[in-house]
Amino acid sequence: MERNLMKGNEALAEAAIRAGCKCFFGYPITPQTELAAYMAKRMNKAGGVFLQAESEIAAINMVLGAASTGVRAMTSSSSPGLSLKSEGISYIAGSDLPAVIINVQRGGPGLGGIQPSQADYWQATKALGHGDFHLMVFAPASVQEMVDMVVKAFDKADQYRCPAMILADGLLGQMMEPVSFPEINPDSHDKSSWAATGHKGERKHHIINSLYLQPDELEKSVADRFERYAQIKENETDAELYLTEDCDILLCAFGATARVVKSAVNEARAQGIKAGLFRPKTLWPFPEKELNEAAKNAKKLLSVEMSMGQMIDDIKLAINCSKPVEFYGRTGGVIPTPAEVLAEIKKVGGAE
Amino acid sequence: MATTEILLAGFGGQGVLFAGKILAYCGLMDNKELSWLPSYGPEMRGGTANCSVCISDEPIGSPLVLTPDILIAMNQPSFDKFIGDVKPGGKVFYDSTLIEADCSRTDIEIFPVASSQLADDNALKGGSNIILLGKVIKETGVFSLETMKKAIEKVVPPSKAQLIPNNFKAIELGMNS
Repeated sequence: MERNLMKGNEALAEAAIRAGCKCFFGYPITPQTELAAYMAKRMNKAGGVFLQAESEIAAINMVLGAASTGVRAMTSSSSPGLSLKSEGISYIAGSDLPAVIINVQRGGPGLGGIQPSQADYWQATKALGHGDFHLMVFAPASVQEMVDMVVKAFDKADQYRCPAMILADGLLGQMMEPVSFPEINPDSHDKSSWAATGHKGERKHHIINSLYLQPDELEKSVADRFERYAQIKENETDAELYLTEDCDILLCAFGATARVVKSAVNEARAQGIKAGLFRPKTLWPFPEKELNEAAKNAKKLLSVEMSMGQMIDDIKLAINCSKPVEFYGRTGGVIPTPAEVLAEIKKVGGAE
Repeated sequence: MATTEILLAGFGGQGVLFAGKILAYCGLMDNKELSWLPSYGPEMRGGTANCSVCISDEPIGSPLVLTPDILIAMNQPSFDKFIGDVKPGGKVFYDSTLIEADCSRTDIEIFPVASSQLADDNALKGGSNIILLGKVIKETGVFSLETMKKAIEKVVPPSKAQLIPNNFKAIELGMNS
């Protein structure tokens, strides 16, 4: 397969087009702007629609509208923009619509900064909007994975009729790496039972709605959705286990941070410290089985994140607090270095 | 080969990111693993710009270069800022037209190239960055001249293809400096 050199942001866009995305609605924000710029250049030629909306809120509601008709639709932004989109995402989830949402994270809170961050982990996995709902969250760690996960996100969103997110960060969005595009056949999911495509007087109305004024009806719609979430939790977790079989200290990291941590793990091994790495590729559902497998021989766990410590909660829950879980992180746009992580490995007791 | 970590730094507009892109494409041409990471944000609007390039036979871990094997410095603040970070045994290439090298380190090799002057003398406006790359491949052997020529042909957009011969000329000037 031919290798091309692309920025992560551009690769996300190209992958979406190849996955059959027909509608992109966005609003510019650093560090994801190249994605929208690429869409502006290519989408029209690919037979789709690129539209720069008047705001993030407008963009996400345009996604809701497009997805209601059954076409593959996407929006992208960076952290502050995601907060604006959160209401629309809740409506999309409540309307059982498939859609792909991309967050190329930057430092927060507030306007924060423009350098890479992972501080939207809680937002993405716990509460991206009001109400009882989840969205699938994929965490790529390379430009190639950005491609592969966009394709998967569209497919799974259609399969389960729920929104899916790619949670990237400014480092992955801005960097270039070799990437190849697999032959993609956008899976044809039959949407004829729900898509609002015009009934032509030949069938009942398809109504896309998230309003249920009768509590028992609303409860049933949420409960039905949670049955699908149960299937997702059962079938869709994914993680990379690296040198975990005999590790004394298990490092846990996702996305760009996992690259830094892998370098540190390799250096630790070279110095005789039995370190390993657990890297979740799905953040919701969190790969609990995979983590327990990776941690089975470890004495301690160390979560490394570009935040003040968010994923660490899921780690403790997944192993039921059966082992000590330490934390090391940098935030505000500072990227941890392999040397810092190695020092932390030694400090928390991987050195014996 | 272990990973070669390259840091390029200068003013925005000097072609630091473009030179880094050429090195990245060299890696692609040679079927290596590689990464290219720019500084982004206000730097791109006239301040200092820098760019990390990693070339390896193994998958790249962190793409951020903190201790370069090769430093390419195109202005004084960049030289002063990064000279202390170069790995022992590393090589430093700088534009001696613009930079006064004040360096007491004896554990690194330093190669001054009057690249801005050379570019002006040879009517290669804006070619200082490529002249420095010529010197880099001659002194480090990280890539062959043939690989770099192929990379340039790939990086320069078709609409600017007439600039390719000038880039080739700039590389040779650097190699012979």
